[in-house]
Amino acid sequence: MSEELMPDKNGRFGIYGGRYVAETLVPALEELSEQYEIIKKDKKFLKEFKDDLAHYVGRPSPLYFAKRWTEILGGAKIFLKREDLNHTGAHKINNTVGQILLAKHMGKKRIIAETGAGQHGVATASVAARHGLECIVYMGEEDIKRQSLNVFRIKLLGAKVVGVSSGTSTLKDAMNEAMRDWVTNVDDTYYIIGSVAGPHPYPQIVRDFNAVVGQEVLEQSESVIGRDPDLLVACVGGGSNAMGLFYPFIEKKNVRLVGVEAGGLGLSTGKHAAPLNDGREGVLHGMRTYLMQDKAGQVMETHSVSAGLDYPGVGPEHAWLKDIGRAEYEAADDKEALDAFKELTRVEGIMPALETAHGIAYVKRIAPSMTKDQSIVVNVSGRGDKDINTVASIEGIEL
Amino acid sequence: MTSKIKETFSEIKKEKRKALITYIVSGDPNPNTTLEIMNSMVQEGADIIELGIPFSDPMAEGVSIQKGHERALENGASLESSFKLLENFRKDNKITPIVFMGYMNTFESLGAELFMKKAASTGLDGILIVDMPPEESTDFSREANKFDIDIIRLIAPTTSAKRAKEICSQCSGYVYYISVKGITGAGNLNAKEVIGKVGVLRTLTDLPIAIGFGIKDAESASSVMNVADGIVAGSVFVDLIGRNENVIKNVALKTRELSEVLN
Repeated sequence: MSEELMPDKNGRFGIYGGRYVAETLVPALEELSEQYEIIKKDKKFLKEFKDDLAHYVGRPSPLYFAKRWTEILGGAKIFLKREDLNHTGAHKINNTVGQILLAKHMGKKRIIAETGAGQHGVATASVAARHGLECIVYMGEEDIKRQSLNVFRIKLLGAKVVGVSSGTSTLKDAMNEAMRDWVTNVDDTYYIIGSVAGPHPYPQIVRDFNAVVGQEVLEQSESVIGRDPDLLVACVGGGSNAMGLFYPFIEKKNVRLVGVEAGGLGLSTGKHAAPLNDGREGVLHGMRTYLMQDKAGQVMETHSVSAGLDYPGVGPEHAWLKDIGRAEYEAADDKEALDAFKELTRVEGIMPALETAHGIAYVKRIAPSMTKDQSIVVNVSGRGDKDINTVASIEGIEL
Repeated sequence: MTSKIKETFSEIKKEKRKALITYIVSGDPNPNTTLEIMNSMVQEGADIIELGIPFSDPMAEGVSIQKGHERALENGASLESSFKLLENFRKDNKITPIVFMGYMNTFESLGAELFMKKAASTGLDGILIVDMPPEESTDFSREANKFDIDIIRLIAPTTSAKRAKEICSQCSGYVYYISVKGITGAGNLNAKEVIGKVGVLRTLTDLPIAIGFGIKDAESASSVMNVADGIVAGSVFVDLIGRNENVIKNVALKTRELSEVLN
């Protein structure tokens, strides 16, 4: 089957994806699929979505030639897709702008979301504020500690932050709790999932709403680079920014696609968040995908310096792209990511999010081995302001 | 071969009472205590026991049962230790049906075929995998058929009649009606609504119908028992276990209280 037609009618990407949820949610997901199929062909919706992306988000985001960094690395030309310049500071807003319109179309009054780094929480709280809808954001207690700035932003935007202390108190547990809320309030509540993860149709919806990133790169490459880039790079936690960038390029077999997972303390230590590198097939959060799990099928605690990548699963379409060999998945560890964070900041005056820094780290590794007439586009999925507390505390600096 | 679950329900029907199905988490707080609780539950009137298979991410559970899963996992419980527990239980009890209830990922750690082989050889009667709707259960359905293990399925308040009929056609043992929109232990049971919905479900299937999720005590059990063939109680027991005071005695008293209501 052509990747363009993925997922199939059962919501599967090859063997991955699907809808592994308790029965209460199956009818809700069926309704969501039906409504999404209607709305995505609706001219009025498409116009509203496009207008919001232009005037609320500030799209298109630039494709910026990182000249100095290119010269320093001495290999392929490096272009940055500046999703960090979007309203609220990351690619996450693309998806929430789309999903809130879908929620309104479905007549839902209450919005819930999970968040790790807080970027999806901020993006959801922002669109909920703009549409005057009640919003509740679930966030692991660990993440609340390390992303306090975003917690405060979410509250300022009028949303309620609910701390989650079950399990590992991170993103996966926040998602469990959001699912529990949804199952309880399924009649009036819309759950805006923030990654290309979860039960069908979420991986598809979130991919489609983020695909604007790749579509713009397709067009911008023509004028900025003069041809298709040779390599696209993006960090992968759940994988929404990577999927958004990759998707419009999947049929362009001349373009190499590389997703970069969080290597944490190193793949060999087991303390990381790189299921595509070091996990195996399993079922979590309604989807079949690669998972970090032990022999007994218990989901393992993950480790990453970046809260947004600290997730034991990955979007099912990435699992599929890996298996068919269309995309490759590498890992960058905490230290490499921190070094990359500093380097891009000093060399280009662009401070990337720690999540993004994993993609930057891979570019640092690969660019010197490529030729000067080749080009790389890396997705700067978010800006790093939210991470300065984390970076300072690692350096032992008190702010 | 007739399933033990089916036999149990027809016996209970003859006795003109309702089945008491109790739920506890396997290995909460440790396998020996779970075994002791199981035996005591049977003695006090439990007809079927659902053993929760501990999972790191029990998405459909409320706080009580989540904590039960966490306690069990801390003490190293797993699907494997649950089979061992069942083996020990079966040494003295060959009659009481046991159902493993849990989540897809732990069941799949063994794979459908191996799981069912082991289930058949240790005397397991049924499985209820919360996050395995019929659309996602090809492997487990096929293997369960081969080994005569019942697959108990969930029907929710949100399930349409058309879908409920389809689910029932792929279900055996009993149908588990989720009485609330929500998670286990939720407190918003609406008896009138449940009675209406179960009435409709009754016209769609000949299988016994058990009602669970919002049943906390004698009062909530008696409010819906007339339309059901059985009642499932879980959070209330897992809470008592979590309190860690006179666990065996308190669980026995609660089991007795519920079974007397259902008589």
